[in-house]
Amino acid sequence: MKSQVLRNNAWLLAFAAVAALPLVLPNDYYLTVLIVGGLYTILSIGLNLLMGYAGQASLGHAAFYGLSAYTTGILAVTYQWPVWAGILAGLALSSLVSYLIAVPTLKLRGNYLAMGTLGFGVIVFIVLNEATSVTGGPSGFTGIPKLSIGGKEFSSDLEYYYVVWAAVLLLFALSRNLVRSRMGRALRAIHTSETAASALGVDTQRYKIFVFVLSAFYAAVAGVLYAHYVTFVSPGTFGFPTSILLVTMVVLGGMASLWGAVLGALFLTLLPEWLRAIEHFDILVYGAILVLCMMFLPGGLAEGAQKAWDASLSLFRKKGAAAEEGGGQ
Amino acid sequence: MPTASALLQYVISGATVGSTYGLAALGFTVIYNTAGIINFAQGEFVMLGGMLAVFALRWGGVPLPLAVPLAVLAVTVVGIMVNRVTIRPVRGRSPLTLIIITIGVSILLRGGAMLIFGKDTFALPAFSGGGPIQVGGAALLPQSLWVFGITLLTVLGMKFFFEHTLTGKAMLACSSDRKAASLMGIHVDFMVTLSFAFSAFVGAVGGVILAPITLTAYDAGILLGLKGFAACILGGLGNPFGAVIGGILLGILESLGAGFISSGYKDAVAFIIMLGLLFWRPSGLFGGSQAERV
Amino acid sequence: MSERPHEDMYFHGSGISLRFGGVAALSEVGFQVRRNSLQAIIGPNGAGKTSLFNVITGFYRMDEGDVRLDGDLISGLPPHLVARHGIVRTFQNLEIFTNMTVIENVLTGGHLRVGYGPLDFFFRTPRFFREERKLRELAKECLDFVGLFERRDLPAGQLPFGSQRLLEIARALAAEPKALLLDEPAAGLNMKETAALGELIRRIIDRGITVVMVEHDMNLVMRISDRIMVLNSGRVIADGTPAEVRENPTVIAAYLGEEE
Repeated sequence: MKSQVLRNNAWLLAFAAVAALPLVLPNDYYLTVLIVGGLYTILSIGLNLLMGYAGQASLGHAAFYGLSAYTTGILAVTYQWPVWAGILAGLALSSLVSYLIAVPTLKLRGNYLAMGTLGFGVIVFIVLNEATSVTGGPSGFTGIPKLSIGGKEFSSDLEYYYVVWAAVLLLFALSRNLVRSRMGRALRAIHTSETAASALGVDTQRYKIFVFVLSAFYAAVAGVLYAHYVTFVSPGTFGFPTSILLVTMVVLGGMASLWGAVLGALFLTLLPEWLRAIEHFDILVYGAILVLCMMFLPGGLAEGAQKAWDASLSLFRKKGAAAEEGGGQ
Repeated sequence: MPTASALLQYVISGATVGSTYGLAALGFTVIYNTAGIINFAQGEFVMLGGMLAVFALRWGGVPLPLAVPLAVLAVTVVGIMVNRVTIRPVRGRSPLTLIIITIGVSILLRGGAMLIFGKDTFALPAFSGGGPIQVGGAALLPQSLWVFGITLLTVLGMKFFFEHTLTGKAMLACSSDRKAASLMGIHVDFMVTLSFAFSAFVGAVGGVILAPITLTAYDAGILLGLKGFAACILGGLGNPFGAVIGGILLGILESLGAGFISSGYKDAVAFIIMLGLLFWRPSGLFGGSQAERV
Repeated sequence: MSERPHEDMYFHGSGISLRFGGVAALSEVGFQVRRNSLQAIIGPNGAGKTSLFNVITGFYRMDEGDVRLDGDLISGLPPHLVARHGIVRTFQNLEIFTNMTVIENVLTGGHLRVGYGPLDFFFRTPRFFREERKLRELAKECLDFVGLFERRDLPAGQLPFGSQRLLEIARALAAEPKALLLDEPAAGLNMKETAALGELIRRIIDRGITVVMVEHDMNLVMRISDRIMVLNSGRVIADGTPAEVRENPTVIAAYLGEEE
């Protein structure tokens, strides 16, 4: 009962925090950072469903992010599609392509998905660079319109901030409902033992495909939001380093923890802001985080935070108990 | 219509590059079959082989005939270290954990190479002088002969090791059943260390022999590793020598693709083949039908 | 509509053959298990006992043969469909979900017992809550049945080995199977635990479940089985009541030959 109240309050708290944050920011630059952080949060929640829960690695997630961003951009500019139609097409294409990747690579047990997605990421990167007449090539694709829904254009950063974080909250809620259902349990079962999961009636291949396509869909949502915010896309944003950054967010935040995905995404978005020094070797930092986390903190920041919380809580209780005892005497 | 000599030219240069893919693939299979790990840092071993040789030569002033074996030896030591420091402490954890760790290691090696050697591309001098040899209208670089010769020697050496020495046979035993192997008194830890050493060794060999032909840079390992893995899929992950053939075949297909279709999409060829094979024939061209295990 | 089979043929297989390369792991194996009985399968190491389980549950594809449960054709189905037809198994080398709590393991066992789809869980429909509540009751009952109820919120990996065996059984029971296949359930248990296990297995049969068990512990097998089938080198060499099997000269010879 008590925990239920706490949980509902946590939601309220999250809403309030998201709504109030822009009011207390020192300047608009941080709004941009938070918008980007929101996009990464969406990406990392989706990837955590796949990696943290189902235990399947994708090393090409930036490709799904980029595919939808380019699709909606190109359709809006080159083909003059309405923005909403381009967005739907972007989401559909990324999901469809992820399905086509999933079927051959997830048919097998083992690490084929990791390599398959890594290869796929490389292919997409090459195509974005080479198909110059369609994508604009290495210099990118410009002039993408701002997001507009039903005649309402979201042109200011503040408006866009609310759009992005509304999407974050919605996708977070859906993910949370997923992980606390039979499907969430089945995915975690697949993570430890596909054999036992299938012996209990879990159609492991179907579930793996489903969660892979779902996580690609999340990436695609982030992609279309990116395209209509920045209004410019270039291949560099969607290459291998981005895919690795996403994996690092999941690992650092904590596998199989949705709050961890949020923490990891925000932390790694803010880190370069605080630590300009790492600009040139950020990738080294990611490598170190990956190795050290997996070796010494497999639960990531989420587990660390949980432990710290529990410790301070028990400390607090002890103090309270001591005070009570003192009062009684 | 392509001429026969152009075709031959593509095949020769493809097979040369493909030899390195094959050696990278051999490295993948050695670790996979002994430790059950796909080592995502395999491409970095290849990159380091070429880079270390270049820098021994340039900065250390070491003559080429010494720089090459020295580089290979250094990478072998790196391979052993990688296992000792990052893999052994987490033995028995989930495959995903191991994947992520080897990815982290690959990034660290790549980043380290970038910090030390910078972002430029480098070339190693050819192992011997002399102009290209004309073969049926195609040019055969003397370095290609070095590549073929050294690849063949390495593969034969490995074959001898696995089939005719006690240690080699023990490593194969680990591959079929690690638990049983350890019960039979085989020191599995040592075998895994050895597999990393071998895999780094063959990877580095692949790197140094190719460096005079294709140039090398700190980030060359990503693609080399991926193509090595694609070669494994082509030849069968359980079949080390099939993987080498797979690598050569992949190199040739890639070269033909670049020559006749588009050079910009050259790097995509390998992955399209890989995805296609995963779909149609996951056990590789030379593997038997894959037995499902529990 | 499948016809109700004769009670003796409730769960039966015939002509089951499995080859690995040129080696025959199972040749022409057949079995008949009566509804609500305990069938033990024994045999020397490498006789093909676990292979038979793997073939029945779809982890290996049999080369020939036919398996039916309660009139349904099982052979040729992949594992998750075999489970759907009411056959659930445990594993010799424990396959506990160590990333979950004890009760979550059992809830996962009830995967097929909940009927709601993605829309129900994504949007938390009343049906979702109803079904989850039902499943939770079932899981608690199964945990209580094996005596793990008190430890339901512990991480499953923290249970001692013997309790993990029980957890695997509870997880399988949550699937409400028609037939339960136990692969060496007593392996690694001490004498006291083994005795308790024997009792538990009889109680499982009282729940109306048909049990097939591969087991090495002869005391246990002789004490609780209704019938025993003996495999040697992938062939059935005997099949009968414990008393019959004990006296069977072929069986004695096979076991003497092994000398464990």
